[in-house]
Amino acid sequence: MEQLLTWFTQHQDMIYIVILMIFVGIEVIGRVPGVLHTPLMSGANAIHGVVIIGAIIVMGNADADDITALILGFLAVILGTLNVVGGFVVTDRMLEMFNKKK
Amino acid sequence: MNIMESLLLLIYLIASITFILGLKMLSNPKTARNGNVVAAVGMALAIAGTIALYTDASGDHLGNHIWIFGGLAIGGVIGTMSAKNVKMTAMPQMVSIFNGMGGACAALISIIEFKHIVHDFQPELYAGGGYTYFSTLDGTSLLIIMAGLIIGSVSFTGSMIAWAKLDGRLNDYAFNGQHIVNILLLLVTIGLTAMIIILRPEETITFFYAALALSAMYGILFVLPIGGADMPVVISLLNSFTGIAAACGGFLYDNTAMLTGGILVGAAGTLLTVLMCNAMNRSLLNVLIGSFGGSAQAGASGSGAQGNYKEMSLSDAAVLMSYSSKVVIVPGYGLAVAQAQHACHEMEKILTEKGVQVTYAIHPVAGRMPGHMNVLLAEADVPYEKLKEMEEINDEFSSVDAVLVLGANDVVNPAAKTDPTSPIYGMPILDVESAKHVIVNKRSMKPGYAGIENELFFRPKTSMLFGDSKKVLQDLIAEIKNL
Repeated sequence: MEQLLTWFTQHQDMIYIVILMIFVGIEVIGRVPGVLHTPLMSGANAIHGVVIIGAIIVMGNADADDITALILGFLAVILGTLNVVGGFVVTDRMLEMFNKKK
Repeated sequence: MNIMESLLLLIYLIASITFILGLKMLSNPKTARNGNVVAAVGMALAIAGTIALYTDASGDHLGNHIWIFGGLAIGGVIGTMSAKNVKMTAMPQMVSIFNGMGGACAALISIIEFKHIVHDFQPELYAGGGYTYFSTLDGTSLLIIMAGLIIGSVSFTGSMIAWAKLDGRLNDYAFNGQHIVNILLLLVTIGLTAMIIILRPEETITFFYAALALSAMYGILFVLPIGGADMPVVISLLNSFTGIAAACGGFLYDNTAMLTGGILVGAAGTLLTVLMCNAMNRSLLNVLIGSFGGSAQAGASGSGAQGNYKEMSLSDAAVLMSYSSKVVIVPGYGLAVAQAQHACHEMEKILTEKGVQVTYAIHPVAGRMPGHMNVLLAEADVPYEKLKEMEEINDEFSSVDAVLVLGANDVVNPAAKTDPTSPIYGMPILDVESAKHVIVNKRSMKPGYAGIENELFFRPKTSMLFGDSKKVLQDLIAEIKNL
């Protein structure tokens, strides 16, 4: 129990962020009209591409002689970039069609 | 804390705000496109800031810049090209692929970080007190690494299966006892995770890769049997999975941008998933254990609708619609496959010129993704006001003269209301039967994606118009013009 409390104290700012973001995420989505569900899903898909930051950190910290880490990190950066760039471009293409008709 | 570090934290704060703002703007048709740009700018800032300013605990900057920029360039070019060239109909598959890439990225990060922990593990530190979970930072890190690994790889393989199924490369597949196998896989993976956290890292390398293999397996088996109307739900769910996997990275690196972005998408994606389940009147659990595919087959053979259907000629259909005062078009996946959205808009314009009031009835799960039909029709410049959502249009069907169902099936299946044994029983449907005439355009009498017969086709009010949607619409346009 004491260990659990210590753990909570150490990580409390992170835990706060998690809880608040859960509410923010729900609030923000709650007002979305059905028409925009696909672009929204696609946009959210691009945003979780933020995992690319982790890939960059891993890549940047890899030892120059650790080939496995270099290759895996490189692959992670490529995949993460695909998620981010592809996600935003696809979303933009979808939304472009909504705007065009005005 | 030096200035660079503070600056990076500030950049992460800005990025987090752009993510929230971006999602909020995406929720309004007027601001949606800018919202996407806002989030993209925030993302670019966060990426650039990380490369330039990030320092680790010992104050070292990131190295391997050539690798980083190389990866960014390759991913950027491939991502842009594939996103630019993909057809509107293949959009859902594309989103699924990009989602899988994010999941794979998260899993790779976990693999590398686990190797670091094994590599840096110093047994002598724990020689006296023993190695216990909460006493060490490694324990927490390991838990997060495992969460990222499991969720990330489930998301990756699941998304790939979803892609293959949507792309028609893979059929639904279920075997007896699949649910039990799935639950067992999950339990074993959780058990392995517990072992990895409790035991010393150097003893658990095999367990780690076993957990990786099992969660990849779980992702495959979890999506494989799910078919029909559930695919949008699955993509949305996997989307939120990847969000959570990204957030794990945020925990691991104490990185607020990753944490906010990941959790935001995780929460929003989960809510969106639940909303979609509600639209089909099914519980998330019901979708999760993948019962749809199996029971759909049982339902199809058990209570198949039978009888005679009647065909209609193109000219009859053209006359019927031209002399109606109100026509409702119900688009479905068949329209998307045939790329018939432009022909559809064309016909709608001609009918409108003739004084017919034409609207579109959009079922929330028509097509392969929620809003799929909206995007498709928007591409063909169909005005926003002509698209009516299900709740709005269902009361109006009684005053409608003719309904034209274009490649939609399950969303107009009356079995959802009348047949408790039907797998789609309880799903709200478009009430097309209240209209005076129903014209159904399909390629053949084959059942829809959910694999169930549709009684609607055998009703006296219904006339069938077989053929590819695009071809049929073009012929209809010619006929209407000739009247």
